[in-house]
Amino acid sequence: MSDSLRPSAINSQQGPAALWGALPDSMQSVALRLAALAILCLLLSLASEAFFTTSNILNVLRQAALLFLLASGLTLVILTAGLDLSVGANVALSACLAATLIKGTGSIAIGVVAGLSSGLLIGIANGLLITWVRIPPFIATYGMLWILHGITYWFMKGETIHGFPPAFRAIGSGYWLGIPVPVYLMGVFLLIGLVFAQRTRWGQEIYAVGANPEAARLSGVPVKSRLVLVYAVSGAMAGLASLIFLARLNSAEGDIGESLTLPAIAAVLIGGTSLFGGVGSMLGTLIGALILTLVLNGMNLLAINANWQPVVTGVIVVLAVFFDNLTRKGDKR
Amino acid sequence: MAEPLLNLSAGADTWLRRVRTSGSSSGALMTLIGLCVVFSWITDTFLTSANLVNIATQSTVLLLIALPMTLIIMTEGLDLSIGAVLTVTNVVLAMVAVQTGGVWWALLAALSVGAVFGLVNGSLVARLGIPPFVATLGTLGVAQGLALVLTDGQSVVGIPESVQYFYSGTLAGVPLPLWIAALTYLVFHGVLYHTRFGAYIFALGGNREALSLAGVRTQVYWIAVYIVGGVMAGLAALVLTARISSGHPTAALGMEFDAIAAVALGGTSFEKGKGWLLGTLLGVLAVGVMRNGLNQVGVNSAVQVSAIGFLVIFALMIDAYRGRRA
Repeated sequence: MSDSLRPSAINSQQGPAALWGALPDSMQSVALRLAALAILCLLLSLASEAFFTTSNILNVLRQAALLFLLASGLTLVILTAGLDLSVGANVALSACLAATLIKGTGSIAIGVVAGLSSGLLIGIANGLLITWVRIPPFIATYGMLWILHGITYWFMKGETIHGFPPAFRAIGSGYWLGIPVPVYLMGVFLLIGLVFAQRTRWGQEIYAVGANPEAARLSGVPVKSRLVLVYAVSGAMAGLASLIFLARLNSAEGDIGESLTLPAIAAVLIGGTSLFGGVGSMLGTLIGALILTLVLNGMNLLAINANWQPVVTGVIVVLAVFFDNLTRKGDKR
Repeated sequence: MAEPLLNLSAGADTWLRRVRTSGSSSGALMTLIGLCVVFSWITDTFLTSANLVNIATQSTVLLLIALPMTLIIMTEGLDLSIGAVLTVTNVVLAMVAVQTGGVWWALLAALSVGAVFGLVNGSLVARLGIPPFVATLGTLGVAQGLALVLTDGQSVVGIPESVQYFYSGTLAGVPLPLWIAALTYLVFHGVLYHTRFGAYIFALGGNREALSLAGVRTQVYWIAVYIVGGVMAGLAALVLTARISSGHPTAALGMEFDAIAAVALGGTSFEKGKGWLLGTLLGVLAVGVMRNGLNQVGVNSAVQVSAIGFLVIFALMIDAYRGRRA
């Protein structure tokens, strides 16, 4: 969709350059990011012997899976030129609710349903605040962040819940055929996300809303309900991520997922999804999640103080948007 | 050059009249009165002169960052990093004060660190065209991490008397923070309503295109607004450090929300480039009263944030409703 909207570069060059220019923008962008990923892997394996070991790679994949699940919903939101700053706080509340219910009732199913539906409901609330009350997305979800923060704290009263049944913990820390369970979930949701965004009517309408909401409205797209949809999906994915996170940590406290917001946004932006809407892909977000996880993993392996991680993530966010602007300047302005 | 400038300030005046007559901050005033009535009713300790002075004094730090936040939001911007920058300047100020045993070098260091963060924010937004909430979310991460790295997660203690004086001292019987708050408010008022820079701020939010067509170097003023935010965070760090007698790596994390809440309650709009300072002052007091009252009822500070969040959403709903009606 986005490719057909934007004319590709004029091919005055010959040879490989012409071939590169003939590729659609979205493929160029994915190819560039794959190259960056490969270079990063190469550098890390040169820098640390511990990097290219099965256990470390599986560890990276497991962490990237959590980040991707959170970032995939966020990708749809950012495709509509919106933003969801509440995903981390959503993870916190959903995880604490699920934890309490699993402990209280002894039923994993009830906890899972509670975590997922709390995530979904928070997402719908975001969507309604943005479409019906017409609060700008970043303000609405930012307010939601702090509301959830307080509710979670009130709910938990500073306590920690830990020790869950093994069957539940398997979602986050289990293996199947030697591969961590979250990685399968990542694969499944990547597939669903790709098909949904690229091959369904609703997916294409989401791109259209992001590219030009007015034009989308005039061509019959129900803009408001698509917007509610993307925030609902983002919330539901936060609910799912909360379960995986909870299962992996095997304990819940009030601030369990709050540090996940910035990395999730970073993964989407590194993946080439534009903050201005209408441009981006799930595949890009997957690569973004992998790149960010590798950077943080590399810092761990090189024994760099973990306090530097938010600094690096912050710088990466800004750089990603900066490069995105550079490459799009020719098209938009 | 002279004529477009005249038009611009005329535009600002018209805006002002509209904002004043539309009663944008009546919401903040009503919230403030409502909260005062409720808390005086349910607690015996709220409506005492000591407590009221206490609220005003405690609100100083918030006012010092809410005022520049008003200007930033008026340019259709946002500074999510201001709480984290306040935190890192608190740490820097505390460390330098402990080293030198005095206040002035420490204040200078805090102001400079704040200015650098403001310059970075402003350049990212104005020069590189990065949306403000993402640019400042990035610098939030940077500032937060730096505060942790500088202190290694520990508190900085042993703050000299000369720093603490800025919270506990009095001048002519009035607490020093109140003097700082009043002076700062007057300076902001003067700059926003009576200088060219002030008129440009109105235009940056309301009509940026016209401003640059009028030959004004828009980017310079746009960046300057963010630098003001950073410098004010440095000044607020002085009062904050004096108040908590330490430098702490999480001292003011999240305080940007109180500031944004105060500005929103004060009736400054996030989309139309209009706002006014008195509204922000009332908003700051409303947030201050809310926190003080909830403290007295025994509500945890994290839960207070939730209540403020609901209050802001409510204020924005009214704002949106009014915008639709207008």
